[in-house]
Amino acid sequence: MSAQIPEMRSTEQLREKWMKPEVISGSEILLRSLLLEGVECVFGYPGGAVLYIYDALYGFKDFHHLLTRHEQGAIHAADGYARATGKVGVCIATSGPGATNTVTGIATAFMDSVPLVVITGNVVSSLIGTDAFQEADITGITMPITKHSYLVRRVEDLPRIIHEAFHIANTGRKGPVLIDIPKDVSANKTLFEPVQTINLRGYNPTVVPNRLQLDKLAAAIQEAERPVIIAGGGVVYSGGHEQLFEFVNKTQIPITTTLLGLGAFPSGHELWMGMPGMHGTYTANQSIQQSDLLINIGARFDDRVTGKLDGFAPHAKVAHIDIDPAEIGKNVHADIPIVGDVKTVLEMLNPLVSRADKADAWRAQVQRLKLEKPLKYKDSDTELKPQWVIEMLNETTSGEAIITTDVGQHQMWTAQYYKFNQPRSWITSGGLGTMGFGFPAAIGAQMGHPDRLVISINGDGGMQMCAQELAICAINNIPVKVVVINNQVLGMVRQWQEIIYDNRYSHINLEGSPDFVKLAEAYGVKGLRATNKEEARRVWQEALDTPGPVLVEFVVSKEENVYPMVTQGSTIDQMLMGDDE
Amino acid sequence: MMMKSHAISVLVNDQPGVLQRVAGLFGRRGFNIESITVGQSEEAGLSRMIIVTKGDDKTLEQIEKQLYKLIDVIKVVNLSSRPMVARELALIKVKAEPAERPEIMGVVETFRAAVVDIGTHSMIVQVVGDTEKIDAMIELLRPYGIRELSRTGVTAMIRGNA
Repeated sequence: MSAQIPEMRSTEQLREKWMKPEVISGSEILLRSLLLEGVECVFGYPGGAVLYIYDALYGFKDFHHLLTRHEQGAIHAADGYARATGKVGVCIATSGPGATNTVTGIATAFMDSVPLVVITGNVVSSLIGTDAFQEADITGITMPITKHSYLVRRVEDLPRIIHEAFHIANTGRKGPVLIDIPKDVSANKTLFEPVQTINLRGYNPTVVPNRLQLDKLAAAIQEAERPVIIAGGGVVYSGGHEQLFEFVNKTQIPITTTLLGLGAFPSGHELWMGMPGMHGTYTANQSIQQSDLLINIGARFDDRVTGKLDGFAPHAKVAHIDIDPAEIGKNVHADIPIVGDVKTVLEMLNPLVSRADKADAWRAQVQRLKLEKPLKYKDSDTELKPQWVIEMLNETTSGEAIITTDVGQHQMWTAQYYKFNQPRSWITSGGLGTMGFGFPAAIGAQMGHPDRLVISINGDGGMQMCAQELAICAINNIPVKVVVINNQVLGMVRQWQEIIYDNRYSHINLEGSPDFVKLAEAYGVKGLRATNKEEARRVWQEALDTPGPVLVEFVVSKEENVYPMVTQGSTIDQMLMGDDE
Repeated sequence: MMMKSHAISVLVNDQPGVLQRVAGLFGRRGFNIESITVGQSEEAGLSRMIIVTKGDDKTLEQIEKQLYKLIDVIKVVNLSSRPMVARELALIKVKAEPAERPEIMGVVETFRAAVVDIGTHSMIVQVVGDTEKIDAMIELLRPYGIRELSRTGVTAMIRGNA
């Protein structure tokens, strides 16, 4: 099996070829600059304003271009690629509607700090501002959802801008950068000389933390009787998971990982308490609420984690480690603020810390809560339960697959029941909660990891938001295993309507959805369906044994809810436990 | 916490769209802008914005940190935390029949303001000073009838060698 990713050709010889100063067009400058940034794979969709760029791509073999069926598919795929590999994801779209179709994907990446470079065409410079055909002010539209953006005015600026864009996207707090290239700029020629220096006076992320704060934290650990670590996406993005492992083992402090932090710490570890927050575990939430020292490592105290802010971790001294100073103190006051790159911070912190000696009773309580209040659901012999399906996926893949999800109940069940052991194996839209994200993101993840098993877990709602990308799986033989957890409703909305809106089920019925097996087959992708456990095991094994892409539909019960649940406006220790109660 | 007015000096790259980035940031994060002035700074290629905003200490801290996240922002200084000079200019077109002119001129002179244009039924008064002085001038001229008022917003600087 392999997605059709060309062998890396960044040999010195090719590099020499790309770096040679030559008079070439803006489009060729773009391609060469992308190569020099190490780009292997680009996701895109052509159109009028990027015709010169696509002309330069004609017969171009030095990196792979994947033609999606919608710009939204392209940008989510670039996002999945970036999250799975840690490299910058690249996406190309034309002006106007092409560019605006990337907006949801840009916002998704922005909220989850994913490094992307988004290249859009624009109408020729002289037409900008005239409401020309397919003109949209995409730099203006995306200003609040990009880390930075450029409207390229002169072809001479292009090499510098591309180099800066990659630097900005993948350093500091990572994020999407947009480069808008008017059509004449991509056509004009100039002498291309590669830019290898960065000169950005207003951009100097703090990587190395203040040593005094580290000493304070080390001392606080010694004093703490009920310490808790919350680890987030920052651990994954900084590559600091090994340092985190060492930190936990040295200090023996119980740890909870946020939605984006799943995989940053092995879920089998005895000090791991699961996920915190709205659908977090009993142990994680109760422990946070009782803690006297809360060490936040690369998480941003999102409202889905904190619940009602006034009343969150009321007894805790808070230490907050983040590369973005604006996150520190934004939602939760930090007694020990530590600005820096998580990996660097932990490397410096680990030699200073030792076992939290006053926390023995606390560790015992955590172990007891884990035993007394595990995640649970009521299984059935007559119908498939979605949680059972996720557990089956976990067992059959030993927790080693790259999992992407869409948004809703299946996302939370996967977060709860799939046991992640390594970083960059869990790809989900956390901050924005973008339906339609999961499947194209899986395509991107597979392009980045041709030899790993990639499973895209979707609901029957979100699957219909980007289903058209089945085509590129079929054509390029991208072997993503597409799982549809079909409960015939918009399940998370149904759950809220049941619990909070007195069973007033408003517009959640997805009757009229296609036969997903036939839909897959219409694209030339193998489709399978299971309605009971025996079928589920059998067809899933068949899917795993099939070399190419496969869609597997699991028809599950409609009325299942995600528990535990903290309703909005409650503190996180006020949990609905479902069948358990 | 106290809601106070603060003058913030923001040194930015003189690039198209920078004002939009800064103003947009204030808008979407719910920060208030009482006035904003922009112009060249002492260094070629850089502009200085003086933004007057209202907020408690926590909001001010967020404003400063969020501004620093903009790539085009070079330096942010909360001027109000130190001794500073703050000045604003206003042009006031006031109704002035010939008989009323001497009286108005008296007010103008007391304020060390200037008359910069005289029409048949009106004149334009130019006043420079801190916000309170301009507010006072406007109040004194109001009884004569203000036809048009245009204020620049505050520009400011820290006193001394800092």
